[in-house]
Amino acid sequence: MNAIEHPIPYASWETRGFWEGAGRGELVLQRCSSCGLVQHRPRGLCAHCLDSADLEHFVASGAGSIYSFTVTEQNQAKGFAEACPYVMAFVTLDEGPRLLSVVVECEPDDVAIGSRVEVTYVKQDRDDRETFAIPVFRLS
Amino acid sequence: MSNSSFPRGAAIAGVYEHPSRFSPDKTEFQIMAESAKGALADAGLERSDVDGLFGASMTMGLMGIVDLAEYLDLYPDYLDGTNIGGSSFVAHVTHAAAAVHAGLCNVALVLYGSTAASNSMAIGTGGSGGSRNPDAAFSAPYGMTTVGSYASYANLHMATYGTTSEQLAEIAVTMRQHAALNPLAKMRTPITVDDVLGSRMISRPLHLLDCCIISDGGGAVVVTSLERARDLQKEPVQILGCGEAVQHQGVGYSDILSIAAKQSGAKAMQMAGVQHSDIDLAMIYDSFTITVLATLENLGFCPPGEGGNFVANGGISLQGSLPVNPDGGGLSSNHPGMRGIFLVIEAVKQLRNECDARQVAGAEVALAHGTGGTIGDKHSGATLILGVDR
Repeated sequence: MNAIEHPIPYASWETRGFWEGAGRGELVLQRCSSCGLVQHRPRGLCAHCLDSADLEHFVASGAGSIYSFTVTEQNQAKGFAEACPYVMAFVTLDEGPRLLSVVVECEPDDVAIGSRVEVTYVKQDRDDRETFAIPVFRLS
Repeated sequence: MSNSSFPRGAAIAGVYEHPSRFSPDKTEFQIMAESAKGALADAGLERSDVDGLFGASMTMGLMGIVDLAEYLDLYPDYLDGTNIGGSSFVAHVTHAAAAVHAGLCNVALVLYGSTAASNSMAIGTGGSGGSRNPDAAFSAPYGMTTVGSYASYANLHMATYGTTSEQLAEIAVTMRQHAALNPLAKMRTPITVDDVLGSRMISRPLHLLDCCIISDGGGAVVVTSLERARDLQKEPVQILGCGEAVQHQGVGYSDILSIAAKQSGAKAMQMAGVQHSDIDLAMIYDSFTITVLATLENLGFCPPGEGGNFVANGGISLQGSLPVNPDGGGLSSNHPGMRGIFLVIEAVKQLRNECDARQVAGAEVALAHGTGGTIGDKHSGATLILGVDR
């Protein structure tokens, strides 16, 4: 069982706040100061106000709990095939929204719905020799 | 409700299920064209009668419906290439009924074809390859396969309600029993709950036999007005109700246990004016065993969490309280990538009493529900209520 070779995510101007935060070791979320919505995935505007005027970025705690998960025993895609079995999970962050990730550094049998997790980062070198960080989680 | 109202004024006049399960010598469009011929012959219509074209496939891209029209050398008045995943064809029937009702076309052809099996397509267990778009950036790095998304739902359902792998396995066993009665079905050898539980784990808790097969195939459906259908070759199957819905992550708070079927099913049943007890059989998209259980609950055939008991002990068999997928479904008959069209085709054949050994006796009202995309992450749902003409 090897580590996952995560495909490098493509960041747009809508999402770069999140990915640049990951590079600094911060889990960055968006909040609309007009309606109070904390949203994920990031967007160029508040999905409820349909307005970008009051959208802010903030650093989340990085703590959450497992909403749902599976232990993937078979994935033929490059970067994942050799990493099976791995734990894919939806994590409900303490700040509210849910995000998709993987749970690392664990025995798959130790993962359960409701398990507390905390963010950590996998750093990967890109072709252009920049380093990219992917937020993943471990049991806390 | 009068027979000129929507959707009762529309009917399905012809259907055809392509018999092939493996067609390395054919293309998608060829399978669609052969299916079109079959459905038009079933209805007693000619190619020249077609003035509405509806279709989708695994590989049709931008303007794919125009490519399909060109392949068939058709010049229809109405085109609809809606692709919302495997449920597309259930939605196409709704859209065709609306177009016929509005007078935008008179004879609508709904087509599907696929060579998923002969292309060795990894439908459920390939995943997270490309990430060159900003949306995929939040899923691609994490290796979510199609089966993995459904499996995460299954785990959530188990943790919430105590559903068991044995209960899910019962669904696969029943589908295989039905397939044994369907001469066209790909997998006809009986299986047991232990066979399912003993099969290779693909994504916990879903085993190999919890997953649909991958086949080639296709089919066609002809939609026209009820009035015109009454003058054609076969008894019309009336469209009584329809609904569409989506479920997705939203901004990160949606109730994932609640699937699109809850919204689309309630709408379709209200429109049709039917109760659950009026429905003689259900065609339920069965990409995985959990798909059936989740759909039955969300359609309201049983309360949330009761799906496990509902499907156990032959509850969805031909002799059960609600026969589901008499053709053997995607789990055992055929699953060429997108299965929605077969839900409609089998429902129509059942309502026309053409199904021999797998016939649901006296079937007068059928429900078809297609799911497109992935339960557990984001998906579409489309429901149709179909009935014999009366």
